Amino acid sequence: MGKSLYDKVFDKHAVRKLDSGQFQLLMGLHLIHEVTSPQAFAMLRDRKLQVPYPERTFATCDHIIPTKSQLRPFQDDLAEQMLVELERNCDHYGIRYLSPKKGEQGIVHVVGPELGLTQPGMTVCCGDSHTSTHGAFGAIAFGIGTTQVRDVLATQTLAMEKLKVRRIEVNGKLRPGVYAKDVVLYVINQLGVQGGVGFAYEFAGSTFDAFTMEERMTVCNMSIEGGARCGYVNPDATTYAYLKGREYSPKGAAWDKAVAYWDSMRSDDDAVYADVVKYKAEDIEPMVTWGITPAQSTAVNAKLPAPSAFPSGDRALIEEAYQYMGFAADAPVKGQKIDVAFIGSCTNGRFSDFEEVVKHLQASGKKVHPGVRALVVPGSQTVRQRMIEAGFDKVFTDAGFEFREAGCSMCLAMNPDKLVGRELCASSSNRNFKGRQGSPTGRTLLMSPVMVAAAAISGSVADAREVFAFSS
Amino acid sequence: MQDFKRTLITGKAISVDGNDIDTDRIIPARFLRCVTFDDLGSHSFEDDRKQLREAGKTHPFDDASRQKAKVLLVDRNFGCGSSREHAPQALMRWNAGITAVVGESFAEIFFGNCVALGMPCVTASRDDVQALKRAIAADPNTELTVDLVHGEASAGNVRVKVSMPEGARKQLTTGRWDSSAELLEGKDAVASTAKGLPYFAHWH
Repeated sequence: MGKSLYDKVFDKHAVRKLDSGQFQLLMGLHLIHEVTSPQAFAMLRDRKLQVPYPERTFATCDHIIPTKSQLRPFQDDLAEQMLVELERNCDHYGIRYLSPKKGEQGIVHVVGPELGLTQPGMTVCCGDSHTSTHGAFGAIAFGIGTTQVRDVLATQTLAMEKLKVRRIEVNGKLRPGVYAKDVVLYVINQLGVQGGVGFAYEFAGSTFDAFTMEERMTVCNMSIEGGARCGYVNPDATTYAYLKGREYSPKGAAWDKAVAYWDSMRSDDDAVYADVVKYKAEDIEPMVTWGITPAQSTAVNAKLPAPSAFPSGDRALIEEAYQYMGFAADAPVKGQKIDVAFIGSCTNGRFSDFEEVVKHLQASGKKVHPGVRALVVPGSQTVRQRMIEAGFDKVFTDAGFEFREAGCSMCLAMNPDKLVGRELCASSSNRNFKGRQGSPTGRTLLMSPVMVAAAAISGSVADAREVFAFSS
Repeated sequence: MQDFKRTLITGKAISVDGNDIDTDRIIPARFLRCVTFDDLGSHSFEDDRKQLREAGKTHPFDDASRQKAKVLLVDRNFGCGSSREHAPQALMRWNAGITAVVGESFAEIFFGNCVALGMPCVTASRDDVQALKRAIAADPNTELTVDLVHGEASAGNVRVKVSMPEGARKQLTTGRWDSSAELLEGKDAVASTAKGLPYFAHWH
C-alpha cells in the first residue's frame, strides 16, 4: 500500500511516540517573527533552557514593520520595543536574523522560500498560521502557538497528532483572468472554513502541476483558511528549478543527493487518502468574498446567495455577515464602491503577483479611480528590489498606487497601514474577518491581485476581464 | 505543589454565540503589539463588545452577572484563523480566568494552544451545547462542570457527553500538558532521528 508525502515526511521526522499517544516530531526549519516569539524566549529564560539547534531557526520582522519608512527607531514605541526584543533574542541565542538594514527582511513566508530555506521533504513550523504556504515545496508546514515556539527552540521538536490526508484534485486549464487565488477561494467555498479540520490538504492534478511555485504558494498559503493546518503540492521539476542556486539550496554533489531524497518523498501513485475531491479548472471564475469568512465568496458576476440557500445552522452567520458588510442577498457584489485597494501579503505579495498586474496596467494605461487609496506592498525587500529593477515602481506610481516598503502591512494592520471606519477594501490578502484590516468596523473583499487592480481603477468591484479587455 | 492534573473543572459559565468566531475577534491584532501576555485579558472580544454596546446591546463579556465565569460555551469552529496564542492567553486572563471551553468544534491550532496551556476544549453535539446554554441562561450562578475523566459536562439538571482527542485528554488528566519536560527527555532520540535525515547533515 502506497504512502502519501504527508505520511512519508511525518514518519521520517517522528522521533518517538509519547505517553499521550501523540508523536514527538522533529522540525527541519523553524521560522520566527516579532509577534509570536518574545514570550517564547521569555519562557526559555525563565526555565534556563538553551537552544540546541540555533542554525535551524531563522528570524524576520514583518507584522509590525512600517511600510512608509523603515528608519529606526520606529515612531510606534511598542513596535520598536518588539523589534529590539527580537534582535536581542537572536543575538543572544545565535539565530540568524534577516535584517532590514541588509535588505534581507520580508514576510516570513516570502523570505523563507526566497532564500531556499524551505525544501521538499522537510517539516517547517512558525508561530504563524500561514506557515502552510511552505507546503508548496512538498514540505509539511504548519502554524504553531507561542508555547510551541518555546518547545521548538528548546528541543527542535513538537508534540503532534498525525493528520488525515485529503487529496484535492483540480484538473484542466484555467480560463484567462482566473488565477491561483481564485482556485483556492473556490476550494474553500466548496469545502467550507472548517472542512479541513483534522486534515492535511494534498493539492494535485494538472492545474497545480502547471502552476509556478509562486502560484502554488498562494494556494497552500490559504489551506488554513479552509481549516487545514497544512497543505502541500508534491515536488517536481518546477520545484527543483525554483530551488536551484538559492542561498540555502544544496550545491554540487549535494544537489543530486537532495533531488533523490526529494523525489523519494513524493506521494506514491497508489497512496491511500482519507478523502479525495475533484474539481474542474474551467468551472472556476474570478472570485470575490462578500462576507466575514473566506468561504463566503462568489464568482464576481454572480448574485449574492440568499440565507435560505444555506443549511439552517449556518443562516445566523450569513445574516451576520450581510449586516456587517452592508450587503444584501440577490444583488451582485460587482459594482460595490471601494475605498481602499491593497496588493501584497504572504498570499499575493510576490514578484509574479505584481508582474501580472503591471502587465495589465501597462497595456491598458488605466489609472486608479480618484478617491481610492491604493497600496502596493512588496512581500520582501528582495521582491521590492526586483520590482524597482524591472521598473514596476514607476508603473504603479504613475497609475496612482503608493509603492511601499516590504511587510505584512494592511493584511492585518499591526503597523500604521489601516482601514478607517467602515471603509471597504479590495484586498489580495487572506482574511476578511471582522476588523481584520485595522478598523473594528472595516470591511474586506478578498480577490486576486489583478481583480484588486481592476477594482482600484473602477472605484468599485469589477470583473478584471472587462476592465483590462482580456481576450478569451 | 501545584497540581497540573485537569480532571474536573467546575465554575460559573458564560456563553458566546456564533459559528466561526476567529482569533482576530477574540483578541484584535492591535493588542498583539506587546512582548508579554500580561495585559491581554481585558481586551478579550474588545471590538465585538464595543459594537454591541453602540447598538444598545450587551456582549456576554460585558454582562455584569457573568464576570466570575470560568467555563466558556461556544458554537462551531471556535478559534479559527490566526495561530496567535494571544487568544487563549487573553481568555485565561479575563477576570476570573477562563479555565475550560465547551463547544461544537474548535479550530485546530487554537485547540492545540489551549491544551499547551492546560485549558481543555471539549466538544459536544449541537443539541447538547444548546442544552447546556439553556441550563446556565437563567441563573448566572449556575455552575458548569467538565469531567474529563468520564467525558461529561453538566449544569443544573442537564448532563451531556463531551469528548476530546484521546492524546490531549490524557495529557490533561495526567498533568503532562506542559510538553517541554517530556520533549526534553527525548534529547538523544532527537539527535538520532536528525542523523537519519540527509538534510540535517547538509547532505554529507
